[in-house]
Amino acid sequence: MSDRIEIRFAGFGGQGIALMGRLVGEVISLHEKGKQSVMTQSYGPESRGGASSCDVVIDTQVIDYPKSTEFDYFVVMSEEAYHKYVPLLKKGGIMFVEENLVTLDDQAKKASKIFKLPATAIAESLGSRLYANIAMLGFVCANTDLFSEEAFIQVMKAKVRARFIEKNLTAFEKGKNHK
Amino acid sequence: MSDNKENTPMVNTGEYFTSGNLAVAEGSLAAGCKFFGGYPITPSSEVAEHMSIKLPQTKGHFVQFEDEIASIASILGASWGGWKSMTATSGPGYSLMLENIGLGIMTETPCVIVNVQRGGPSTGLPTLVGQQDIQQARWGSHGDYEIIALSPNSVQECFDLAITAFNLAEEYRVPVTILMDETIGHMSEKLIIPEKEKIKIVNRKKPTNEADGHLPYKADEDLIPPMAVAGEGYNVITTGLTHDERGYPALDADAQKILLTRLLDKIRKNKDKIIKLEEYMLDDSEFVIVSFGISSRAAKGAVNLARKKGLKVGYLRLITVWPFPDEQINQIAEKVKAIFITEINSGQVTREVKRAVEGKTEVHGLLKLGGAIHTPAEIVEEIERRTK
Amino acid sequence: MTEEEIGLIEAEEHPLDCYLRKGRIPHIWCPGCSLGSVATMIIEAIRETGIDPKNISVISGIGCTGRTAGYLNFDSFHTTHGRAIPFAIGLGLTDPNRKIIVISGDGDLASIGGNHLIHAARRNADITVICVNNFQYGMTGGQVGPTSYKGQVQTTAPYSNIEEPFNLPELIKACGATYVARWTALDVRRVKESFVEAINHKGFSFVEILGACPTTYGRRNQLREGIAILENFKERAVIEHGIDTEKVAIGKEGPIIVGRFVDIHDKPSLTDNLLSIQRMATASKGKGS
Ligand code: SF4
Repeated sequence: MSDRIEIRFAGFGGQGIALMGRLVGEVISLHEKGKQSVMTQSYGPESRGGASSCDVVIDTQVIDYPKSTEFDYFVVMSEEAYHKYVPLLKKGGIMFVEENLVTLDDQAKKASKIFKLPATAIAESLGSRLYANIAMLGFVCANTDLFSEEAFIQVMKAKVRARFIEKNLTAFEKGKNHK
Repeated sequence: MSDNKENTPMVNTGEYFTSGNLAVAEGSLAAGCKFFGGYPITPSSEVAEHMSIKLPQTKGHFVQFEDEIASIASILGASWGGWKSMTATSGPGYSLMLENIGLGIMTETPCVIVNVQRGGPSTGLPTLVGQQDIQQARWGSHGDYEIIALSPNSVQECFDLAITAFNLAEEYRVPVTILMDETIGHMSEKLIIPEKEKIKIVNRKKPTNEADGHLPYKADEDLIPPMAVAGEGYNVITTGLTHDERGYPALDADAQKILLTRLLDKIRKNKDKIIKLEEYMLDDSEFVIVSFGISSRAAKGAVNLARKKGLKVGYLRLITVWPFPDEQINQIAEKVKAIFITEINSGQVTREVKRAVEGKTEVHGLLKLGGAIHTPAEIVEEIERRTK
Repeated sequence: MTEEEIGLIEAEEHPLDCYLRKGRIPHIWCPGCSLGSVATMIIEAIRETGIDPKNISVISGIGCTGRTAGYLNFDSFHTTHGRAIPFAIGLGLTDPNRKIIVISGDGDLASIGGNHLIHAARRNADITVICVNNFQYGMTGGQVGPTSYKGQVQTTAPYSNIEEPFNLPELIKACGATYVARWTALDVRRVKESFVEAINHKGFSFVEILGACPTTYGRRNQLREGIAILENFKERAVIEHGIDTEKVAIGKEGPIIVGRFVDIHDKPSLTDNLLSIQRMATASKGKGS
């Protein structure tokens, strides 16, 4: 079987959900040897305002089907997104949760591990809740083998505007060191 | 001046993680495209946006026109000015362009049209996937004609086929359509842009004879006339009316037969050179999935899944959708128990396959009507169900 | 009218002959039609500008006037109905030295192509648009059009036209055109001068020529001969350069105001603007995405 891994990032509009997928996708596609990735995102009414989501599929082989069907990782940043997508989490999958924005229920029990981060609070301590997505990615990086920190920082530096890099690096660091 | 007249390609060599829409734009730049006339429409707008950034950097022009009709007319004009030109749209815009695509066919004007398909008819599903413009690309303009249409199934192929599309347009003097879809257009994956020297570029044939007595529509052996453009002293003439070798209107059945036969044959007789297919596990297969574009990715996944279950399933992908590979499919039909087609429409390619197999095997469409793509598992399930 | 070719008496070698495509004459226009003389004025005007014929492109849409491009021995393009203007813009942008002349009829330019006409004026596209207005559709047999005046009788307005016509100079001026003029086909000297000005003009220039169509307009409106239409123009025409274009609407009766209404020189054209974008883009290359 292939080494296919599916990740879903979900939250609400304005949290930079698509950017999370794009960064992770790029890190894996361009910097993780022997791995490929595809990023797809929801467009349209679904992506305006309310819920926002995107998928990253990772494999060592050609990725035949670009969307996720049953995700191995579910990174969720809003209550609405949690309820909408948790049914699609694979049994034994791993969840990363913005703990102040998501109240878990019984459905979360199928996860083998749940990591909780006050991503928004961390971001606010840096001056803007806009850094919450990067804090969450630091947290994901520290608790999985999905991608390396060095590669991520390299990609982020190239993608993020110069004046925001410092704050984003700190956010990543804080997410990474959260226990 | 002179540098402005050349189709100097802009090749941004490197590795990227980017979307199909940006890749098709980059491929067009690498092919030497210098003019984009377009009108915004979801899910294709990123193509226009990217070209609006890049074209001015390569001394080309980007113009957002008042509608799709103006857009297609403008790119025909630019092509006659000697620039490689393109537009990008989606179903509703493509509908509006079709009359002038016909003008492009009649006047043998090289250009490229990207159609990032969404669900239809009408406004349909603006932000969701469809593959419903396949027959429209073939027959949508009035009159009889042959067309070339390509269908990429990855971000890399959006780039590669953009170059192929420009090359075919230039070689055969015909508008070429790239039939993308919302999913391919919006998904991101790795794109490798090779070095400039490694990219093969084809440019239109130029006349070598004197302007005096030049017959602009007298074809060579290959049925394609060399193309002089505006400003070269040939007093270019074009008309959408049926015309003779001089380009003068010739409104009778004989002239119509001569012209139309050549326009049809220049594609038909070169089918073997134009058609590109991808085969996978075909040799021993009892069942074959025929697919194209985004649906082909799930189809390939389905082949792998089916093989694991012991089902001998193979795969044929139409990289070139038009002209249609009748012979190749007919040959496959001789050897297999059934052909399945995965496509996101009500059976547009299925219909062609049925025609091509001439009853030699069973043909089943595994169809979705727009808004979602197939999964490998559901394809295998369907095959199992229908082959029991 | 039908597509049948109506022969004209062929003169001996004329100095303008080299600007006509041999083998395309006789043309299809009816006796008494103004289009032949408009075509002649275009050629004379081009000659007078001294522009290398290689750098002239003539583009037409569909209709009687739309046939003009095909008779002229320049780079000439006979396009689809209404679409001459965007075709011309694309063609023109590939070489700023190329002079682009669109010649088409009122139905082609102002009805089916109306959207392109107003936007080309708004963009100050570097093209000259010559609109021969014969108040209806000639080629298809005399149907009512957007320049038909109230009370005009045409095949699809058999009782009388109920709609108001476009006042083309007013429309085009409002959209931002930098040269707008109108003449009757009768006044060949001023028509030619105006064509010269329009061709030499930088940016969007628009010349409306009121033409005689005896075949499908005159017949139905008590102006049976071409000459009757022209005489009607002559009686009614008043030259008023620079007049407010609001005042130049044409009705069944009353004065027909002609002249050069707009002539502005300090507005950057579409080409100017695109070239300055190129300079901005080249300067920022490497910085942006
Ligand atoms: S129908 Fe009218 S406009 Fe057309 S050629 Fe005859 S007279 Fe001229």
